[in-house]
Amino acid sequence: MTYDFPDKKGHFGPYGGQFVAETLMSPLRQLSEAYGRLKGDPAFLAELDRDLTHYVGRPSPLYLAERLTKAWGGAQVWLKREDLNHTGAHKVNNTIGQALLAKHLGKTRIIAETGAGQHGVASATIAARLGLKCVVYMGAEDVERQSPNVYRMKLLGAEVRPVHSGTKTLKDAMNEAMRDWVTNVDDTFYVIGTVAGPHPYPMLVRDFQCIIGREVIEQSRKQMGQLPDVLLACVGGGSNAIGLFHPFIEHKGVRMIGVEAGGHGVQTPDHAAPLTAGRSGVLHGNRTYIMADENGQILPTHSISAGLDYPGVGPEHSWLKDIGRVEYAAINDDEALAAFHELTRSEGIIPALESSHAIAQAKKLAPTLSAEQNIVINLSGRGDKDIFTIAKLEGISLL
Amino acid sequence: MSRIKDTLERIRSQGRKALIPYITAGDPQPDVTVGLMHALVKAGADVIELGVPFSDPMADGPVIQLACERALKHGTGLWDIIDMVAEFRKTDGETPVVLMGYLNPIEMRGVAAFAERAARAGVDGVLIVDLAVEEADEYLPALRSQGLDCIFLLAPTSPAERIEAVARQASGYLYYVSLKGVTGAVSLDVASVAEKLQEIRRFTKLPLAVGFGIRDAASARAVGAVADAVIVGSALVAEIEKHQNEPSTLPGRLAEKLAPLREALDKGN
Repeated sequence: MTYDFPDKKGHFGPYGGQFVAETLMSPLRQLSEAYGRLKGDPAFLAELDRDLTHYVGRPSPLYLAERLTKAWGGAQVWLKREDLNHTGAHKVNNTIGQALLAKHLGKTRIIAETGAGQHGVASATIAARLGLKCVVYMGAEDVERQSPNVYRMKLLGAEVRPVHSGTKTLKDAMNEAMRDWVTNVDDTFYVIGTVAGPHPYPMLVRDFQCIIGREVIEQSRKQMGQLPDVLLACVGGGSNAIGLFHPFIEHKGVRMIGVEAGGHGVQTPDHAAPLTAGRSGVLHGNRTYIMADENGQILPTHSISAGLDYPGVGPEHSWLKDIGRVEYAAINDDEALAAFHELTRSEGIIPALESSHAIAQAKKLAPTLSAEQNIVINLSGRGDKDIFTIAKLEGISLL
Repeated sequence: MSRIKDTLERIRSQGRKALIPYITAGDPQPDVTVGLMHALVKAGADVIELGVPFSDPMADGPVIQLACERALKHGTGLWDIIDMVAEFRKTDGETPVVLMGYLNPIEMRGVAAFAERAARAGVDGVLIVDLAVEEADEYLPALRSQGLDCIFLLAPTSPAERIEAVARQASGYLYYVSLKGVTGAVSLDVASVAEKLQEIRRFTKLPLAVGFGIRDAASARAVGAVADAVIVGSALVAEIEKHQNEPSTLPGRLAEKLAPLREALDKGN
């Protein structure tokens, strides 16, 4: 049986769908129709391809981390270098695609939610490039812990609106962006940053991110002479992971592991690992695994990395977990932090704290494999944005 | 027979307009809610919409967001709210009560268990803000089998084919969202509301209630002239917010706030 999801109504098995208020149903339908039309339009695809090549700098390299491989003493360790993209993370693959959709739909204003600020920066960047007005919603707590990215967005001409409701993090920023969209739906395009939200977002964000996995297939055939044995990626909403995994779903011999944020440990309340320790529910327009109490209230989450600090996950991940095609694990804050330092020192690459979760999981796995086997870690972003957080955690003053 | 249908038909046959206030259950604290419901009825409420607080109320403006936060601080859960309705029913067997909220609290308890408990307590209808008709198939049979009316939203962005599909599934009344925006917004345009209601009436005989943007006697009268029912929420909830520290005064204050709307609707005829 071939894997062909979502269905026409946006379902991945029981997950996904469109759980939004009536006002947004019609705009979502327009978006679905426009995307359905454009995704097969050679002119649109050529425009997207041109930007990915000359503006983002794709393809991103697949890099053999030799010292890390040696230190871990097992499989060959490869890094998919999404950190080398313009703006420093995989997020831009998607914002370019959605901003082009916005342009084709005649929208003059884009809005976005952001956690770590990477998606906000990528949105602000492409808004500047296309001459669109840009408003970014960001939890007030994240504004504090990611101040360099806030400044970056402002430099790019975006307006950053801190969100003070709820837990003041990514989920609240998403609520506020939805409220903006429902109010300004005529001229505004909502650029969702991950594979969550109502249909068609989980599908179209995935499609734009699949460039990652398609490149890895080509590069690994060339550089390894075969497909990799294991793929690893961190999962918050899960866009970098789905982008790497999706093109491999039919390649049944390739094992795939998504790594959630274990925070202080999934046995404590302080984590952001709904696939590992959550339950099925409805949040932000789709059914998926979420962190909620028995009354259905969304629980506060914790992660050292703002980009993984989210109580839900893309609905396709929920489905891939249930059908057993992808395994999901959780890495705690301290393990991610150690992996951050290890990669920085052994390869001269400063990874984002988000990506460091995938590196930490790979460190556990690599020694159990043989030197003939290959693992690919999606290095979804660079860690420059995190150095202030890390310095603070380690009691170092930078000023 | 449906208490909602009976009530709204009676009001329509009298040539009157229905008044539907909304408050969030448990706001500012759980023990005042039942008293507030009775006070609203005395001040002229025909139906009560009782909000089920949710941590992430995506369709609501700041006023109702804060109401949810106040209610959740006291841990007000779905079962507690159903108990409040049972308490209300001890002395009011007439006034229909509609639970309004988001899907996840119901999903966590299971829709069948929810419907059974709600109906037993005397709940009459359910409005789930983030449940569009496209996703409603797995929920509606459980709600209907307990005699609960399923109330749906329509919006300025709803095209004819959606109006038709929604009208086919709805019972009780249809809730027309008067504007593109969240609850508590202020940009009410009565002429465009009137035009859309006319379009909706081509597809349904259900009573049409209009909410979002109605906050005083003048806006109630204007909307009452074109709709069957007028819903007022944020204006009442803002009053609760303002006097949250004097809970014993709230029934009187809400009654004072609602009464002029009742008067305006009755005089409008």
